[in-house]
Amino acid sequence: MEAILEPLGYTFFLKGLLVAGLSGALLGFIGVYIVLRGMSYIGHGLSHSIFGGFAAVQLFATQFYILGAGLWGIASALAINAVSKRSRLGADAAIGVITTASFALGVALFARFGSSGPSFENALFGSILGISVEQIVGLVAVSLLAVIFVFVRYRALLFTTFDPDVANVSGVRVGRVEAQLMIILSLSILATLTVIGVTLVAAMLVIPAVVARMVTDSFSRMLAWSTAVGTVSGLVGMYVSYYAEVPSGTMIVLVGTAIFLLVFGFAGSARRRKSAGLDAHVEPVPSSTAAR
Amino acid sequence: MTGTGVGPELIRLIGVDAGYDHQAVLHDVNIHVHEDQFTGIVGPSGSGKTTLLRLLLGIIRPMSGSIDQIEDLRTAYVPQLETVNWDFPITVLECVLMAGQPAHGRRFTLPWGNAREKASAREVLERLNIAQLADRQIRQLSGGQQQRMFLARALYRQPQLLLLDEPTSGVDVSTRHDVLHLLGDLHEDGVAIILTTHDLNGMAAHLPHLICVNHHVIADGTPEDVIRPEVLEKTYGARMEVLEHLGMRVVVDDGGERVDRASQVEA
Repeated sequence: MEAILEPLGYTFFLKGLLVAGLSGALLGFIGVYIVLRGMSYIGHGLSHSIFGGFAAVQLFATQFYILGAGLWGIASALAINAVSKRSRLGADAAIGVITTASFALGVALFARFGSSGPSFENALFGSILGISVEQIVGLVAVSLLAVIFVFVRYRALLFTTFDPDVANVSGVRVGRVEAQLMIILSLSILATLTVIGVTLVAAMLVIPAVVARMVTDSFSRMLAWSTAVGTVSGLVGMYVSYYAEVPSGTMIVLVGTAIFLLVFGFAGSARRRKSAGLDAHVEPVPSSTAAR
Repeated sequence: MTGTGVGPELIRLIGVDAGYDHQAVLHDVNIHVHEDQFTGIVGPSGSGKTTLLRLLLGIIRPMSGSIDQIEDLRTAYVPQLETVNWDFPITVLECVLMAGQPAHGRRFTLPWGNAREKASAREVLERLNIAQLADRQIRQLSGGQQQRMFLARALYRQPQLLLLDEPTSGVDVSTRHDVLHLLGDLHEDGVAIILTTHDLNGMAAHLPHLICVNHHVIADGTPEDVIRPEVLEKTYGARMEVLEHLGMRVVVDDGGERVDRASQVEA
């Protein structure tokens, strides 16, 4: 009990806890769409790309580096979307080129000119120190935006994720929905980057969603589960990182991984039970009454 | 049953070439799709059947020639079963509901369907005899049930034109009959229907109108006009014999094997 209450006395820890929990929730929430679209690699690429933008923009305008990095990230996301659609390169090649180049640029700029914002290591692995009120406000705003977006575009987003071809001919503007999702994804990565870190953000997009997928077969429940797993990973990871004195991102990801392994073990044994006994298949219904 | 194409036109293709990556698969296609259409597109694999369907859907654009369609044409599409990820975490009801777009004059739909939407989705599921499976995850359906679910999703949109890609491939005989009957009923209700099929005996021979495709439109007309040795040879590049059985055309190839790949899939 003492171990839980003690760090709460520090404002920096409270801020860190809030940001970590909310970051986990946001990435878990959006991650469902990313995982189901098979776009996990995009999350990884985008965070690296944003790092490049971050390093470049702060050279010119320190106070606007978040804005600059955000625009950079959105531009990369839309570029990946466009390149993978219009050419035969495929998304993985597009991501490989665009985002690693951006990351390389970021590392070079950091090495040459240093940083006026967070340190190199903090940017890579996340830190709970020096979280500003602006960052918290930004994270809350992006989270709200993500929730509103999913609420308003729920079916269009689901249809595009499940079956883009049919969605397209059913009056869903697939291209627009995908671009909107990319923008929300970029903003989410940007807002969570400081706590979780460039190199680890992608894991938090993937792990909660994968855990949730193992727990449920319903899409709406998967959204809820994934958000919950993300939140718990964020909160617990933050505590562990406080006591272990390691970067926050590492512990958030490791807690998420522990949850994954736990559920994976249970899901595996459940599946063995199922295949040993019940078959979920339903026999076709008598045809005489069909098609009336 | 009519369906050879009378009534007002929905879509008109004139002199269309189409394909992928600057390589035309179809040449000089002229097709008028009428309100009363009930047509099967037949042809060998790689002949451009699916390309033609994708043209009509507007998924691909013609390389040359023109496509015109009436304004606000409500089209629904039933893809081949293999095109989606059946492990996707949705239930049958969720799958049908996602096809519902905002009602006229409304900006957006609620994530969960409202009572009216759910009722009409269940109505469609009942019509297809899969209402009892509404809360199942889609992987837990048989091939025939998956096909019915796709049909339900298409019908939920109350389409004017229904396009189906190989609706009877990979389903059993009874589902094939059901699909045929259901499509017949829908056509009676005034839905224009175009489907692709490689099943000449089980499917094509039962339709009122056929188009034979092999990179060009080889022939079109009723099964009596089209299911003839000379037309089939031009379409498939192989000699086939045609017999008459109970007033229906039955295709037999020279080796005596039935040219009926659907029945091989079922076997």
